[in-house]
Amino acid sequence: MTPVELAQRKFERVNEIIEEHGREQSALIPILQEVQAEYRYLPEEILTYIATAMGLSAATVFGVATFYAQFSLEPKGKYVVRVCDGTACHVRHSMLVYQAIRSKLELKDGKFTTPDMMFTVETVACLGACGVAPAMVVNGEVYGKMTPEAACTIIDMLLYRDGDN
Amino acid sequence: MKTMTIGSRHELKEYAARVRADMASLNKRVLVCTGPGCLANGAEKILDAFRSHSVEAVGATRTGCHGFCEVGPLVRIEPDDVVYVHVKPEDVAEIVEQTLRKGNIIGRLVYRDPDTGRAYQKERDIPFYASQTKVALANCGAINPDDIGEYIARDGYQALARAVLDLSPDETIEEMLESGLRGRGGGGFPTGRKWMFARQAKGDQKYVVCNADEGDPGAFMDRCIMEGDPHSVLEGLAIAASAIGADRGYIYVRAEYPLAVARMRNAVKQARECGLLGANILGSEFSFDVIIKEGAGAFVCGEETALLASIEGKRGMPRPRPPFPANEGLFGKPTIINNVETLATVPAIIRRGPAWFRGIGTESSPGTKTFAVTGQVSNTGLIEIPMGATLRDVVFKIGGGVLGGKKFKAAQIGGPSGGCLPEQLLDTPLDYDSLKKAGAMVGSGGLVILDEKTCMVEVARFFMHFTQRESCGKCVPCREGTKRMLDIMEKIVAGRATLEDLDALEQIAWVVKESSLCALGKTAPNPVLTTLKYFRDEYLAHIVDKKCPAGVCSAFKAYVIHSELCKGCGKCRRVCPAGAITGEPKHPPVIDTSKCVKCGACVEACAFGAISLG
Repeated sequence: MTPVELAQRKFERVNEIIEEHGREQSALIPILQEVQAEYRYLPEEILTYIATAMGLSAATVFGVATFYAQFSLEPKGKYVVRVCDGTACHVRHSMLVYQAIRSKLELKDGKFTTPDMMFTVETVACLGACGVAPAMVVNGEVYGKMTPEAACTIIDMLLYRDGDN
Repeated sequence: MKTMTIGSRHELKEYAARVRADMASLNKRVLVCTGPGCLANGAEKILDAFRSHSVEAVGATRTGCHGFCEVGPLVRIEPDDVVYVHVKPEDVAEIVEQTLRKGNIIGRLVYRDPDTGRAYQKERDIPFYASQTKVALANCGAINPDDIGEYIARDGYQALARAVLDLSPDETIEEMLESGLRGRGGGGFPTGRKWMFARQAKGDQKYVVCNADEGDPGAFMDRCIMEGDPHSVLEGLAIAASAIGADRGYIYVRAEYPLAVARMRNAVKQARECGLLGANILGSEFSFDVIIKEGAGAFVCGEETALLASIEGKRGMPRPRPPFPANEGLFGKPTIINNVETLATVPAIIRRGPAWFRGIGTESSPGTKTFAVTGQVSNTGLIEIPMGATLRDVVFKIGGGVLGGKKFKAAQIGGPSGGCLPEQLLDTPLDYDSLKKAGAMVGSGGLVILDEKTCMVEVARFFMHFTQRESCGKCVPCREGTKRMLDIMEKIVAGRATLEDLDALEQIAWVVKESSLCALGKTAPNPVLTTLKYFRDEYLAHIVDKKCPAGVCSAFKAYVIHSELCKGCGKCRRVCPAGAITGEPKHPPVIDTSKCVKCGACVEACAFGAISLG
């Protein structure tokens, strides 16, 4: 495949998403959400492409993409582990859970994704699962009443499951 | 259940009667709570287990949150009102055999009061539920949220019928004004007045928006309402639209709530299929449709003008008011923005009348309010009580007191915009005005209970960290002020602050409060100001005595070597980057606390677990 063909393939899906939502600016956030679901992050060249396709300035699109916490301009891991640090979880020691996962995955300061792209570890303001605080969510699945040990067991389980495949 | 087109009030009533008859033909209904807490504890597996057993004339259904998250997963059996707590999938066979087939109660699965040991079979007798009054949560936990029929069977869409067939828009607004309903999202602005302004505003196109961007950490009532009773929100929104003359509505749901988004989307789809959304609803002149918008993770989008900017596809930043959205809102058109709980309360008011609503709560804060009770409390869960009930009632009567029999220290109410109320304010009535007077606010209704082991300074730092990160950066007081406040808070918990810092903190707090553009900045200093007001001694302990009275802040802890575990290998001495550990080989070394930088390298290096933070 020529480089041109490769590039066309890459943008084909983006085109479909834009077609589906239309080119009004009010469609920008849904479009970015869907593109991110497809690529697991927002690659820079796709943002520029979206801007051109929607007739918006690149600054507008980058401005929106960097404003909202949901959007990531960096690739994320296969498993996104989000430890809730809402008030209820915080006072039930969610940070110990977060630190335990980070140290288990050997994530150093300023790094949130493991070098093998398996895990991204983040905090989230509140999952609304305060009744089972502290909570964490891995790719949409919620785990309640976490302890540092339980969280590490879950990481082990995911690693094991992945090793099986 | 197959839906049908409902084109008139008569058809609505007929449909309700049919669903009721279907439901009445069942001997028993098993209601499995799939609220956020129970779901995380495996409620779906319990539901599957019930469905794998077929018992004649028994239906098993998922419902929204039952409220008592602490003892979930919860299963309720109707019409007997029997509640089983901490249910596991393995218990289901026994429940089917004993309770569903034979009508026996299983003693080990009923709720027992941990203090008195008394067993309670029925939900309405359990102390957690006994003093609640449910309006916004009336259907939550009682119906299958994915079935519009069950909503209609419980008088659903009757209020919309009244609003579009019997009342003029002005009469609807008049009833809302009379009811005295105030916005449940935090501001407490009278809902009827908001509607009146938007009705009076001139414009060919008007919009109604449901603010479902529940961002306050520690609050999950809006999530539960959308997941447990999505049609009540839709009906409330439709009534609002008919009152102001809007034909389009938006529901802006927080991205972190995927299940709420799915349930709302399904509700919209079903309502369209029935004709309860669309053209000429119930045979009236009123046409209305709804679009669901997902947020993208920005706390500030809970502010109404920021929310509108986000729907328009822009950075979610607030703008100065006036013009208020009622005059110039979404796409520049007159718009009202109401919170989920507010809208879920509207149908009950229109159906039962404003006088009924005024009969609940207090003179200036009528009705009920939901609270998410969490933190160090025995009974975490979602509750709804008449406005004006005291904090003491909530913590001790419903909440069952502080977890583990510890001492109550404070209640953090209203999230990052609210404040911390100390023990001496336990008798504060929970209503808009009393809480404002105490320096806090109702906010969305997050109520986090803190025990004696909580450091109030650290809690205030936690909230500053949150609001600083969520500050959108548009106005200087909030952008710079919250940053400076956080810097000082971090200095205090690290033991590096002076009394001058404390003065500066207080001064900046007032500047941020008084001069920020939107409510995020205006309320961001509240956690700091209330803790300064009620827990000043803890600040002074950190600054002057260099102590954390609750023993939380690690800066005031020292590393200790436990000589009974130490083998004298000297590894800690070699890894210490500050040269703070000295001693002879084969003997437990000594840590010089004045040199120690508390990096923890020695703890990691020690193979015997002989060093800890004490």
